[in-house]
Amino acid sequence: MDRRAFIQSAGLAGASLVTVSSGRAGEEEGRKEFVAVLVDTTRCIGCRSCEFACAEEHGFPEPDSDDAVMDRERAPSITQWSVVNRYDVGEEPVYAKKQCMHCNQPACASACLTKAMLKTEDGPVIWREDKCMGCRFCMISCPFDIPKFEYDSPVPKIQKCNLCWERLRDGGVPACVEACPVEALSFGKRTDLLREANRRISLDPDNYTPGIYGEHEAGGTGYLYLAGVPFDQLGFRPGIETTSYPELSKDYLYAVPIVLTLWPAFLLAISNATKKESD
Amino acid sequence: MASNSTSLTLLANESRRFGRFLLSELKPKGKLLTPFNVVAAVILLVAAILLVIRFARGLGATTNLSQDFPWGIWIGFDVITGVAFAGGAYVITFMVYVLRLEKYHPIVRITVLNGFLAYVFYAGALLFDLGRPWNVINPIIGNSFGVSSVMFLVAWHFMLYMITEFIEFSPAVAEWLGWKKVRKFLGSLTLGAVIFGITLSTLHQSGLGALFLMAKDKIHPLWYTEFLPILFFVSSIFAGLSMVILEGSISQRVFKSQMSPLHRVGHDEIVRGLARVCAGTMYVYFFLKVLVFVHGQHWTYIMTPMGFWFLVEMIIFVLVPVRLYTQAVRFGTMGVIRVASVLTLIGIVLNRLNVSVIAYKWYAPERYIPSWMEIEITLAIIVAELIVLRWIVNRMPILREPGGEPTDGVGSRPESGEIRHKEPTQWVTST
Repeated sequence: MDRRAFIQSAGLAGASLVTVSSGRAGEEEGRKEFVAVLVDTTRCIGCRSCEFACAEEHGFPEPDSDDAVMDRERAPSITQWSVVNRYDVGEEPVYAKKQCMHCNQPACASACLTKAMLKTEDGPVIWREDKCMGCRFCMISCPFDIPKFEYDSPVPKIQKCNLCWERLRDGGVPACVEACPVEALSFGKRTDLLREANRRISLDPDNYTPGIYGEHEAGGTGYLYLAGVPFDQLGFRPGIETTSYPELSKDYLYAVPIVLTLWPAFLLAISNATKKESD
Repeated sequence: MASNSTSLTLLANESRRFGRFLLSELKPKGKLLTPFNVVAAVILLVAAILLVIRFARGLGATTNLSQDFPWGIWIGFDVITGVAFAGGAYVITFMVYVLRLEKYHPIVRITVLNGFLAYVFYAGALLFDLGRPWNVINPIIGNSFGVSSVMFLVAWHFMLYMITEFIEFSPAVAEWLGWKKVRKFLGSLTLGAVIFGITLSTLHQSGLGALFLMAKDKIHPLWYTEFLPILFFVSSIFAGLSMVILEGSISQRVFKSQMSPLHRVGHDEIVRGLARVCAGTMYVYFFLKVLVFVHGQHWTYIMTPMGFWFLVEMIIFVLVPVRLYTQAVRFGTMGVIRVASVLTLIGIVLNRLNVSVIAYKWYAPERYIPSWMEIEITLAIIVAELIVLRWIVNRMPILREPGGEPTDGVGSRPESGEIRHKEPTQWVTST
């Protein structure tokens, strides 16, 4: 029995918990390679075609077509899984699309006690209506604050980008990628996209900030970004961990089966030791 | 045939008598129109209406929760603080059944009952906060075990611990119903339940802290630490005991008729012992907090608003009460112990709310402030718990001596009259 299997069974025995790596399994054990999207913000023209395609694909109301909506930074919402923000840095504005990052080891999926939030084998992180009990622990845990909750519905859902999982299953590409007129978005295997991103940086080092956002952030994400300006100027909060977020509660989870097996033995021993002769 | 029909009549008579007993017990005792009852009725009625609105129109209709603040006081206060307050049960059962400190036996039942009701009501209040409560059974029936989730552990442990506490408490129910054989059997389960209960409590008290481990960038560095689980566990010890102290001093007034004069005299001695344990664990807690603070090199944050707020929590609501406890134990002043317990409990409320609500996203431009409806429903949960507590204490042998019941099982009282004479607080209570 290997270490993980041990902890799994020990944990389950006490109805507790276990492996911290739904995503890692995919990469390390070489089962299936994750898909990803590369966002090249140096190419993006801010046309918001991706926003409209996303809304249409998932049956949301058509977004406000007035570009004035970009005057303030927007976050994805319960009716918009993907939004484009304009950042006025330097002479030309820079546009960056924001949506679920589809982490390799997502905090939300590891936080979910019903596996409603699930890292699929292919890479998209999806939410499943029939499992979710609406505790919103995924929202507390997500370092990018992506999952959104329908507070005004008696049958609320969690809304977030699912990387057009249904389209991928039919062999398609995400709606936003398909809609992009300038190839600012590319879809493919994550490792291929990382190679492509590095190629673009090395071919044109003057126009790219070194580094690919998402290569290491949060332990690696399914959305990868290239930019000509520092990433923290594009609304990416600094201080994101480079290790995966489930890693943060791993030590605690590993201690659980230990406490679960040692405590009763210790307590019983103390109880016996304090027993009076007359008992 | 004849004997058969006789036994049937007997059975029918017996069940009719039992039914009458239950009915008579269900009736309220004492005056109905007391100020407390009137206020309680109003609070419960308003809460019932609000809950209808909440389930008809969603969480947004009654709460100020937002995409930035998915957890408010229903989680931060009702569940996370409420469970810390209920920690007295596992500490007292540890002292009485594992360490066999018989001095504390008289408060076992009331403490376990309080703990049990706290879990039922405060953890039960979680159902109001869940967006999709009809799926609450999913992590239990096994069609989707999210075993890598700290929440999964907490959910299971809440459920198992409620059962455990009910088993610990069940002898009192059997005594109330006069079921002697059942009482004997339930008494034999106590030690096992206690040991299981302490283990579960260790894990879910710390687990509530572990819930926030993944929110690393979102909680102010003065409160976020990888030691959150340990801090939550250690503080649940003195939080629970402070609640036992405060609750005991209130019980002495409210349930005076239930307590024998001997109990009231012995109670001061018990409280002083608990105050000593509180002081000890609070020193440990304070030391841990200082270690985390120094180790994290957090000096730079002290001169900020959040830094002052941190100092308020640490000095006024940890350092001051721990000093008061220490002083009061030395000089035996009961009033000071009560003040210390109140300060300690406020400190726990602050700490739990800081981690879950106040220091959470301290950088957000829009703060979460609970709506009056969230506060109203929280009040209603407390009121409902108090009503059930009062109903049980006035009927079952919780505080009073159960009139010469035979004892058995773990923790049974020494029968020798000599020992009884020396320790007047001891009598037949729970096992």
